[in-house]
Amino acid sequence: MSMWNTLWIAVKALRRNAMRTALTALGLIIGVAAVIVMVAIGNGARASIESQIKSAGTNIITVNAGAGFGPVRGGAGATTTLTVDDAEAIRDEVPGVRYLSPGLNTRAQLIAERNNWNTQVQGTSAELPQIRSWPMQFGLFFTDTDVRSAAKVAVLGSAARDQLFGPGADPTGATIRLKNQPFTVVGVLSSKGQSSMPGQDQDDTVVIPYTTMQKRVLGVQHVSSITISAEDNAPQAQMTAAITDLLRQRHRIHPGDDDDFSVRTMEEFATMLTSTTTTMTYLLASIAAVSLLVGGIGIMNIMLVSVTERTREIGLRLSVGARDLDVLLQFLVEAIVMSLAGGAIGVALGFGASWAVRTLLQWSTQVTPGAVALSFGCAAAIGIFFGFYPARKAASLDPIDALRYE
Amino acid sequence: MSAVISVRDLVKTYTVGDLQVPALRGVTLDVQPGEFVALTGPSGSGKSTFMHLLGCLDRPTAGHYVLNGRDVSTLDARALAHVRNDEIGFVFQGFNLLARTSAVENVELPMLYRRGVTARERHERAAAALQSVGLGDRLDHHPNQLSGGQQQRVAIARALVNEPALVLADEPTGNLDTRTSIEVMQIFQRLNAQGLTIVLVTHEPDIAEYATRVVAFRDGRVRGDRPVAARRRAEQELVALAAQHTEDALIA
Repeated sequence: MSMWNTLWIAVKALRRNAMRTALTALGLIIGVAAVIVMVAIGNGARASIESQIKSAGTNIITVNAGAGFGPVRGGAGATTTLTVDDAEAIRDEVPGVRYLSPGLNTRAQLIAERNNWNTQVQGTSAELPQIRSWPMQFGLFFTDTDVRSAAKVAVLGSAARDQLFGPGADPTGATIRLKNQPFTVVGVLSSKGQSSMPGQDQDDTVVIPYTTMQKRVLGVQHVSSITISAEDNAPQAQMTAAITDLLRQRHRIHPGDDDDFSVRTMEEFATMLTSTTTTMTYLLASIAAVSLLVGGIGIMNIMLVSVTERTREIGLRLSVGARDLDVLLQFLVEAIVMSLAGGAIGVALGFGASWAVRTLLQWSTQVTPGAVALSFGCAAAIGIFFGFYPARKAASLDPIDALRYE
Repeated sequence: MSAVISVRDLVKTYTVGDLQVPALRGVTLDVQPGEFVALTGPSGSGKSTFMHLLGCLDRPTAGHYVLNGRDVSTLDARALAHVRNDEIGFVFQGFNLLARTSAVENVELPMLYRRGVTARERHERAAAALQSVGLGDRLDHHPNQLSGGQQQRVAIARALVNEPALVLADEPTGNLDTRTSIEVMQIFQRLNAQGLTIVLVTHEPDIAEYATRVVAFRDGRVRGDRPVAARRRAEQELVALAAQHTEDALIA
């Protein structure tokens, strides 16, 4: 029988039992869609990180108080050994430092005339806009003078500004209260969009001079981090080593003891995040792939039932001149058509689900052609592999017994 | 004229576990073109086995079978499939039509396994075959929309569509009432009158009387082989029945 006829007959046979075909293919559809969505989420996260890094520049080196894991957010940590003097020493003695900012973080309730809003408060130097490549939307960032005098000035992130003064407003000159003290808003940072980690909004923040944070807000003398922007082409590995040596010396750490700080380059951090998300992506995809396997087993099961049900039909086809090969192809093509159709629908569903995740959860997703090709190819392979055994069973039926089957 | 079927010392023995079951113990006969042969005998007499061998659905354990000049006794499975498609048409007791498929598509089926027939040709030949059995107005009906007799007529049309040398019918009237059985036998007789060679298996002696020759089987051998003396004519019987009905209707 011609291939075209075989195909057409397979499609008709599947259509005859449309509900059963649909339910059988469902396992495969979900499996394919799941793999695509998982990989899309993973890739979206990775791409988002990469573009973040690019926009922030890869030149950032972060020193954190405490032997921590990455830039730990939050208030004063257990370790209070990192100081402003450390920061100055680094600026003076480590070559390649372009911009530098000591840092402290906390959360506080901001109270404006009509609204209040709980947000993250960052204390930084006047060089933050240069370090983070972060332009202003309104007003000006605070200055070294403000830092030296621990002035009560604040720069709002665009999301915090939206909450306190209304979307898009210019609150320059307005007063807000922070920890019971009046601060003057001197500007608004432009919008940066979501950070690489789902759920963190970079624009939901307020920035004040670190000196103000130390003296007037937290009442401490240490800092929790020092952020350095290196010169282009500066040797970051050497800088990291130099900073480590310097701080160990200053903190009088004996050889063999652990650092009471951590130095991380953005590159390192990015690599770590990337490899974490990649591992997670593979893990999620593997789990999703299991459902592909289950879908394949479902197809084999239903094909076996179908062969048994159609034993007399097979006997009839053999009696009118079908060869065993014709019968084999007929059932194999049915399985393959079912799995390819399931694969195609799964791909469409995967696209749709990725879109939904992006739109509703605000996670970035990126469907890769590789994942689509791989899962569609797997669907086809599953059809062939799991369809073969039932097809062979059908083809090896004896025509006389088959015709007599009740 | 050479025989359509030429069988010499045909033997078929089935192996069931350790047992050897002899179904046919040596059959020799010829069937000439245009004959209408009925194979009769009780269950287990070997008539069904013989028909399976004639239909190339199975291979003999020993002996020769020459169909239309070709020795098919030693052909492999694929070659036998080709012979079945080319030379033989089957009609079964249970009709064996494809469900949820139109009559015309059912009749087209044998042509799908044949090369060189276009879709249009298939449809035309199938329609013509259905016409010749009186179902020209029911091309698109599905089997569940047809009576038993009509379904069997579709099966007959299917058997004819590849212009076979031989039609094999296995208890074709077994699932039909008396009146419908006569209608089906009328079709067979008409086809036979036009030159078609028919071999029909039945355990009903009345049905065998529609044929031209009866071969009786017993215990795997041919016990009797005679031409039919008082041949029944289905057409005449149907006319008589129709007249009877009219009379009854008038009287009532």
